[in-house]
Amino acid sequence: MTITDIPLQAYLVVAAMLFCIGVWGLINSRNAVRVLMSIELMLNAVNLNMMAFSSYLDGAQVRGQVFAVFIITVAAAEAAVGLAILLSLYRNRDTVDMEQFNLLRW
Amino acid sequence: MSLALSTQLICFLLLSGALLLGALGVVLLPNVVYSAFLLGGVLLSMAGLYLLLNASFVAAAQVLVYVGAVNVLILFAIMLVNKRQPMRPMRVLLLRRLLSVAVCLGLLALLVQVALTTPWALPGPPSIGEAALTRIGEHFFTDYLLPFEVASVLLLMAMIGAIVLARRDVLARDVVTGEPADQALLERQRPPFLPSQGGSSPSAPSPR
Repeated sequence: MTITDIPLQAYLVVAAMLFCIGVWGLINSRNAVRVLMSIELMLNAVNLNMMAFSSYLDGAQVRGQVFAVFIITVAAAEAAVGLAILLSLYRNRDTVDMEQFNLLRW
Repeated sequence: MSLALSTQLICFLLLSGALLLGALGVVLLPNVVYSAFLLGGVLLSMAGLYLLLNASFVAAAQVLVYVGAVNVLILFAIMLVNKRQPMRPMRVLLLRRLLSVAVCLGLLALLVQVALTTPWALPGPPSIGEAALTRIGEHFFTDYLLPFEVASVLLLMAMIGAIVLARRDVLARDVVTGEPADQALLERQRPPFLPSQGGSSPSAPSPR
């Protein structure tokens, strides 16, 4: 079958919106858990781009899907390590407010 | 998937609407628990979009890994660190929000411009549909074999790193000197070295 119904650009625009929402959340969240969730949103936006390109432009060799699987793997590892860091940071400083994680500020 | 055109269009609109609204909820809702559950919804709608794009394997991996593991991990993290206290007010918060909205809208305009004006090489080769699963397997074991194996090492490293970072109990004796380790140093009652909310001295004593 062919996918000519929905244009490729529709997927790209949706992914761009999702990425921008993720960037906004990353900048503005004060809860450290929400920062990690924003990173997941951004990774998903990239994945959506990969899948759209893989399906529309590379239908025979679905290399975009392979890359998406790798991105999912790395995102899982990132979430595990990030939440472990968050947990030990919470034990150390007794808060999850990003504004108070200022040990490395000059 | 072999769906009729209108069905596909309706599915796309519903899924992307749920995706974007859920993402807005994730970053905007004040309660972080609601955000985490909405994140699950966002990841599920993303899996639906993958199904629309003929990628059933990645959709299944998305549901298994993201919804099943990452989202549950985030919920556990919220449960472990959820401290119901109001954040300390900041002075320039509103200005910062507005500035970052402007920056994000600019980025969005740039990305949309690129997406709409680039002459994509459409139509590409015909999609192989459900045979993509076989093709992904071939890729994994031929030309992407090295990244595939490195990914397993990465997962192992992440697992060990997460355990080391998050564990609380420590070794009974020092690895280097062999002397009994000073447990009180690691399990001591921590003084609240951040002065409680709205405290006086902003300069916290440096932690050990």
